[in-house]
Amino acid sequence: MSDENTTPAAPKIPAQPGPRKALLEIDNVLLRFGGVVALNGISFDIQEGEILGLIGPNGAGKTTCFNVMTGVYKPTSGAVRFRGERVTGRKPHQISRLGISRTFQNIRLFPEMSALENVMVGTDSRHKTSVPGALFRLYRVRPKPEELPEVTASGGILRTWQQLRRSMAKTFGLSRHILEERAAEDKAMELLRFVGIADRANDEARNLPYGYQRRLEIARALGTEPKLLCLDEPAAGFNPAEKEDLLGLIRRIRDRGVTVLLIEHDMRLVMGVTDRIVVLEFGSKIADGRPEEVSRDPRVIAAYLGEPADAA
Amino acid sequence: MIDKIRDLDRSRVNALHSVADRWRALPKWQRGLGFVAFVVFLYYLPLLGIPGLTWLRTDSISGGSNWAGVLFTCAVYVLVAIGLNVVIGLAGLLDLGYIGFFAIGAYAVALFGSVNSPVVKWFQAEFDLPATWAVTWAVCAFIALVLALISGVILGWPTLRLRGDYLAIVTLGFGEIIRIVARNAEGVTRGPQGIAAIPGPEGPPSPDNQVFGLIDVKPWYWLAITVVLIMVFAVRRLEHSRVGRSWLAIREDEDAAAVMGVYPFKFKLWAFAIGAALGGFAGFLFASRYAFIDPTQFNVNLSILFVAMVVVGGSGNMVGVSVGAVLLAYLPERFREIADYRWLAFGLAMVLVMILRPQGLIPSRRRARELKDRAAEAEEAPAHV
Amino acid sequence: MNFDDLFGHIGQHTVDGLSKGAIYALIALGYTLVYGVLRLINFAHSEVFMVGTFAVLGLWTAFGVENNPPIGQAILFLVLGLIVAAVASGGTALALERIAYRPLRRKNAPPLIFLITAIGLSLVLVEIFGLVLPKLLGEAVPSMFGRARIILGMPTIIEQKTLFTVLGTSITNIQLIVFVAAVAMMALLDWFINRTRYGRGVRAVAQNPETAALMGVNQERVIMLIFVLGGIMAGAAALLWSMRFGFTQSSIGFVLGLKAFTAAVLGGIGNLRGALLGGLFLGIVEVYGATLFASNWEDVIAFVVLVVVLMFRPTGILGESLGRARA
Repeated sequence: MSDENTTPAAPKIPAQPGPRKALLEIDNVLLRFGGVVALNGISFDIQEGEILGLIGPNGAGKTTCFNVMTGVYKPTSGAVRFRGERVTGRKPHQISRLGISRTFQNIRLFPEMSALENVMVGTDSRHKTSVPGALFRLYRVRPKPEELPEVTASGGILRTWQQLRRSMAKTFGLSRHILEERAAEDKAMELLRFVGIADRANDEARNLPYGYQRRLEIARALGTEPKLLCLDEPAAGFNPAEKEDLLGLIRRIRDRGVTVLLIEHDMRLVMGVTDRIVVLEFGSKIADGRPEEVSRDPRVIAAYLGEPADAA
Repeated sequence: MIDKIRDLDRSRVNALHSVADRWRALPKWQRGLGFVAFVVFLYYLPLLGIPGLTWLRTDSISGGSNWAGVLFTCAVYVLVAIGLNVVIGLAGLLDLGYIGFFAIGAYAVALFGSVNSPVVKWFQAEFDLPATWAVTWAVCAFIALVLALISGVILGWPTLRLRGDYLAIVTLGFGEIIRIVARNAEGVTRGPQGIAAIPGPEGPPSPDNQVFGLIDVKPWYWLAITVVLIMVFAVRRLEHSRVGRSWLAIREDEDAAAVMGVYPFKFKLWAFAIGAALGGFAGFLFASRYAFIDPTQFNVNLSILFVAMVVVGGSGNMVGVSVGAVLLAYLPERFREIADYRWLAFGLAMVLVMILRPQGLIPSRRRARELKDRAAEAEEAPAHV
Repeated sequence: MNFDDLFGHIGQHTVDGLSKGAIYALIALGYTLVYGVLRLINFAHSEVFMVGTFAVLGLWTAFGVENNPPIGQAILFLVLGLIVAAVASGGTALALERIAYRPLRRKNAPPLIFLITAIGLSLVLVEIFGLVLPKLLGEAVPSMFGRARIILGMPTIIEQKTLFTVLGTSITNIQLIVFVAAVAMMALLDWFINRTRYGRGVRAVAQNPETAALMGVNQERVIMLIFVLGGIMAGAAALLWSMRFGFTQSSIGFVLGLKAFTAAVLGGIGNLRGALLGGLFLGIVEVYGATLFASNWEDVIAFVVLVVVLMFRPTGILGESLGRARA
C-alpha cells in the first residue's frame, strides 16, 4: 500500500479552524424489528471530506445502518443528524435534497431510460420546473451570455433567424425549463465523462454492461449534488483491474469535495482507499479508527479479519 | 406455433425499427415537412376519395356507419388513450376507472350546458333567468376540464399511496361509483332518462346550426383532431422534461427514484390529474357531439377497453397508444363481421400481448438525445471497465 | 334514511346479510389463496365462479330438472351440482394458471402485467359464455345459452320456506343451507391448509418461497393446488348461488367478484379466516346500507367499503398472510 492511501485525508481538505466538522452524526441509533435488535445503540460520525469505510461480517448491520441514514428505516431510538439537521423522520426525497445520496448493492437503475436520462433524474433534483413550467414555459430567466442561442450560419435567412432568436432571448429571457434542461444535460454528460461511460450515453441502462451499470449508479447519485455519497458495495462482481479503477474513481469523487461512505466486503479495497474505518458486528460498533489501527485491533481480527495477514 | 408468432413479430418489429431509424436520419426540415403533410392528411381524412384508398371508408360497405362519425370516435378514443397513457404508460399507474373521468367530463357539459338539466333549471329558478339560459359551451369546456382534474386529485390523494394492484382495484370501484351515482341521483342527473339538448360550439342542437349540426359530423371531427393535436403537443412537452423523466423513474423503480430526489407522490398525483383532465375533455367532446347522454354509456367495460387500447398499442409511447385506439375504434366499424366479437378480440389481444410482448405492438425507444459532442465522445472513449 | 326499517328489523337484516356474505366469503377464498402464495390478484377469479354457475345450469338442464323436485332428487342434484361446479371451476382456474400465469411467472413479470392479463382473460371468458357458445349452441340448448348475453333462469331446486322465527326474525331453509354449507366448506379448507401435508406445503411457500423450495416443496404443485382449491370454493359458491337466486348470466362475475375481493381485503387478503369474516361483514354492511338508503345504492356501499379499507387499513381486519393464518 502506498503512503498516500493510508494517511488520513487531512492534507487534502482545506485547513479548518478549530475541530473538524462532522458532516453526519449517528447518535446512539437503536433499531428493532419485532424482537430482533438490528442496530444496538450505534454512534459514529463522518467528517467532512473523508472517505469512511463501514465494514463488518455478513449480517453485521451495515446495510441496515445505511438504510437508516438514507431514510428507508426509521430508528427505534436515537438520531441521525446531517450538518446539524435531523435526518430521522424525513422522506427519502427530502434526505436527498439535504445532500445525501447513495447507490444500491443490487443495481437499481431505471432500465428503460438512457444512461444520460438516468443521471438527469439525479440532476433534476436540484431543479424547479414542474408541470406548469414544462407545459407553458412562461417562467423566464435572464440567460447568461454563454447561454444565449448561438449564431452559427454565415448568412442568408438562417442567419437572420438566428440573430432574431438571440436578440429575443436577450430581451425577453429564456424559459427556465429550457435552461434547466440544458444544464441538466450538460451536468449529466459531464458526470458520465467523469465516471468514464460517456461513450454510451444514449444507450438504455438495461443494455449497458455490468461495470457500466455500476458506474452509472455512481454518476446518477452524484447528479443530486450530494455532500455525502454512500456507496453500497460498489465493487461487487468486479475483477481486480476494475477494482483498481474504482479506487481511483472514489478518490476523484472525494477530490470533488464529496465525502464518501463506503460499505465494502473487500478488505483490500477498504484498506487502500479509506481514511477511517468503522467496524460493526452483530449490530454493535466494535472499532473505529485509521485503517492500520483497525487492522491491528484484536477484536476486529477475531470478529472479521480471521487472520491479521489478510488485512495488510 | 408460439415460436412462429415470435419470429414473425421479431421481423415486424425490426422492419418498424428500420423505418423509424430512416425517419430519424432525415434532415430536420424534411421531417418537419413530413409532419405537416401528415397533419394535412389527417384533416383531409373525412373527405377521403383517393382511388385505391376509398375501401378504408366505413361507408364503403353496405349499411356502414358515417365515415366522419367513425373518425370522430377514433379521435376521441385517441384523446382518451393519450390521457390514459400518461397514467399507465408514463407513470406506471394502472387506472381501471378511467371511464369515470370521461363520464365526469360528459356530465359537466350536460349538467351546466343543457336547458334540460336539473342543475340549469335550478339556476334559472334561483336567479330569475330566462328558460333558455344555460352555461355557454366554451365555459362548459373549462368546467369539464377543471372538474375532471379536481376529481383526479380527489381520487388520487388518498389512493396513490397504495400499492399498484390495489390502486387498480380502487379505481375500478371509482368508475362504477360514478356510473351508479349518475344512474341513481335522479334529482341531479335525471338518472336513466339521460340528458338531452347538450350544446355544441354553436349552442344547443338545432336545425339552424350552420357548422356543428347533428347530420354532418366532419366539423366535429376537425374539432376533435385539433384538440388531439394540441394535447399531443402538450403531453410531448411534459414527456421530454423533468416531469416526464420523474414519471418514468417512478414507473421503473419508485424507491430508487425517491432516493434520487423525486417526490413520487407529487408526480403521481400530477400524472393522475393530467390523465383525468384529458379523459374528462374527451368525455366533454363526446357529449357535445351526441347532444344526449345517459348512464349506460359509461359502462365499466369501456374502462377495460381504454386500458386495452393503451397496453395493446404499446404503453408509454404516444404513437403506440394512438394506433391502439384507432384500431380498437375503427376495425369493428369497418369489418362488421367481427364487430360482435370485438370484446373477445380485445380480451385475447390483451392476454397475448402481455404474454408475448408486454411493451405493446408498436416498439418504442426513448428518444436519443442529439448530443453535441457525441462523435468526439466516441473517439476519446476511455478504456474503463 | 330509513332508520325505522333498519332498527325495527335488525335481526332479519342481519340474517339476510349473513347468508349473502357467506357466498362472498366462499369466492373471496379464491382471491385470498392466490394472493397469499403469489402476491397477485387473480382478477379472472370472478369468471371462475361464473363458469361454475353455467356448469350447474348445464347439469340441471341435462337431467331436465323441474321446479321443486322431490327431496331425494333435490339432494342428489345439489350434490352432483357441487361436484360438477367444483370440477368446472377448479378446472377453469387451473387452465388460467397453466395457460396465462405460468408463462408470466417464468418471465418474472411485474404484478401489473399479471393484472392486465387477468383482466383480458376475464373478458375472454365472459365473451365465450356470453357470445361464442350462444352462437354455436344457442339453438341446440336455448335454456343454457339462448341469445347472446341474456339472463338465464334455473329451476327452483328447493322451495323457499321459513324454517323458524325467533324474535320476529324468520330464517328460511335456503338461508340456513347456504350459511351452513359455506361455513362447512371453509372449515374443510381451513383443516386442509392447517392440518395436512399438502397444506403445510402451501403455508411454507406462502411464508418463504425460497426456503420452501430448499426444503423440497414443489412450488409449481403448490401453485396449481391453490388455484384448484380456490376454484373448488368458487364452484361451491356457484352452486349455492344457483340454488338461492336461480339465475345466471355471462356477466354475473364482475360485480360479485369485486365484492368478493372487497371481502378478502376487508378480512386481510391472504388470510383464510379473514375471508370468512370479511365476507360476512360485507354482506351485513351491504344489507344494512341498502335498507338505510335504497337498494340501488347497494353496489356503491360495497365499493366505498373497499376504498375506505384500502386507505385506512390495507392489511384488513385480521392482517395479511396465509402462512400465519392460524396465529
